[in-house]
Amino acid sequence: MIAEARAGNKLKKKGVFYYLKRDFELYLLLLLPVVYYVVFKYVPMYGVTIAFKDYNMFKGILASDWVGLDVFKEIFQMKNFYTVVRNTFLINGFDLLLGFPAPVLLAILLNEIRSVHFKKISQTVLYLPHFLSWVIIGGIAYQIFATQSGMINTTLRQMGFESIPFLTEKWHWLFTYVGIGIWQSMGWGTIIYLAAITGINSELYEAAEVDGASRLQKIWHITIPGIMSTIVIMLILRMGQIITIGFDRPYVLGNPLVTDFSEVISTFTYHYGLKAARYSLATAVGLFQSVIGIIFLTSTNAIAKKCGETGIW
Amino acid sequence: MHALKKVSAGTVFIYALVTVIVLVCLFPFLHIFAMSFSSNHAIMSNLVGIWPVEFSLNAYQVVFRDNTMIHSLLYTILMTVTYTAISVLLTIFTAYPLSKKELKGRNVLLAFFIFTMYFSGGMIPDYLLVRNLGLINSVWALILPGAISTYNMIIMKTFFGSIPDSIKESARLDGCSEIRLLFTIVLPLSTASIATISLFYAVGKWNAFQDALFYISDQALYPLQLKLYNIVFNSMSVEITAQEGMTDVFSNITAESLKAACIMFATLPIILVYPWLQKYFIHGVMIGAVKE
Repeated sequence: MIAEARAGNKLKKKGVFYYLKRDFELYLLLLLPVVYYVVFKYVPMYGVTIAFKDYNMFKGILASDWVGLDVFKEIFQMKNFYTVVRNTFLINGFDLLLGFPAPVLLAILLNEIRSVHFKKISQTVLYLPHFLSWVIIGGIAYQIFATQSGMINTTLRQMGFESIPFLTEKWHWLFTYVGIGIWQSMGWGTIIYLAAITGINSELYEAAEVDGASRLQKIWHITIPGIMSTIVIMLILRMGQIITIGFDRPYVLGNPLVTDFSEVISTFTYHYGLKAARYSLATAVGLFQSVIGIIFLTSTNAIAKKCGETGIW
Repeated sequence: MHALKKVSAGTVFIYALVTVIVLVCLFPFLHIFAMSFSSNHAIMSNLVGIWPVEFSLNAYQVVFRDNTMIHSLLYTILMTVTYTAISVLLTIFTAYPLSKKELKGRNVLLAFFIFTMYFSGGMIPDYLLVRNLGLINSVWALILPGAISTYNMIIMKTFFGSIPDSIKESARLDGCSEIRLLFTIVLPLSTASIATISLFYAVGKWNAFQDALFYISDQALYPLQLKLYNIVFNSMSVEITAQEGMTDVFSNITAESLKAACIMFATLPIILVYPWLQKYFIHGVMIGAVKE
């Protein structure tokens, strides 16, 4: 009844006040959230203008003097800047190359497990690292990998081998960093693939069984093609974030001996911006990252759509 | 008749491989756990694997007698609960109106919210905002800036949209106002989704480290993660704040077992709620993967 009445009302053109009155309570609910978004999301977006200003603490954002692209000229002349951009790509690239296949393979393995209990217990253990903070993971990592006191190296030395500089030599560090990431996210990453495998028509497996297909043949000809579209869309999403890097993981796992590799855009922004108070410079670096990030995201999304996937918007 | 099914070599291989992966996943926890309960001598001689050697509670004695650790734990719990309550309420207030297709301006508002997922001011403008609001060294700096997650809001909106209109219509015919409808009919139907986003917010805040590092310099206001970071990486000592008369206990434990005990101390709360986390987080991943 109400729906009909509303449909009838829509025939006549109604003013803003009509809707405000009709849905007054709904707009009231939205009031606080809109204020929140304006203050905590859109005001900082305006704050980005300091990348084009000589930010002066006492004048504030609005009154600081415009300097055009001077700040960008400065960062493009910094050697450090290129290093941190390279490191961001390098770390994310290795994370993608080695970290991306891990949950796919693990999901295929888990799918082959027939014992419900065994599978459940395995999953419970494998998901756990996902819920821990990087501080905790970093703390654990140092106890295990540290060159002097770490468990692995102490054991190696007792057995008469040399220590391995897991955290103190940059290439070793890079692989340790990626390995820890795989340890943390591999289990959790299987969820989406396991769900995709559940969606595969079981008649396909039964037919293959009748035809006498081996386990590997079933995996290769049914399971993998069945989850291919999920793999492709996940891969494209990950590539869209190739320049996006969180703060906690590189900050916690990095150390002064490996800054050659461990200093990435997020930690660089922190060191220059908050520690050295070079606000305009750090904001410009952040803006550079945002813009490149959006270009990557938009183009990978376009590729996803070309491939017949739904994309993310 | 064969009581046992034939077990192929492939099956054995797969079970063995998964077992190895699970053990690799579990090993670091067991090692830290064992270290935290082991004696100084055992740790120094590298005797500790995954089982405590020369069992000792000294490290935990130091941790639990350190008032600042207990304070930090309680403070972090209180902060996380406050944050979660505020965030969940605001998320519901945002998601519910937006789940109504007839709401005028819905698309504009949605675009206004979703745009922030793709573009943000970034670290420094966020920091300057918090500073200009006078929130540096205030617990509100940890609560307010991340109060609404647009991702969680969309999960909630998707769920509200899936509640059949017939339920809402009948209540509305009885003259029920929208806000009463929300609280008396819609929310009781949404407990699983509310639990999911509550846990998303709570775990995110519990594990958060960056915001505290940026906005908090007063040690009394350190959440657990920042405190742990300083203990493990900056060797900020626990024992400084421990009471007098602890020195002989302390001389008996290494910094390593103390660090291990602190790591366990911060990990335990997560392990305690883990059964719920696992259930609801998977629920959330599934809703999040379904697009409108």
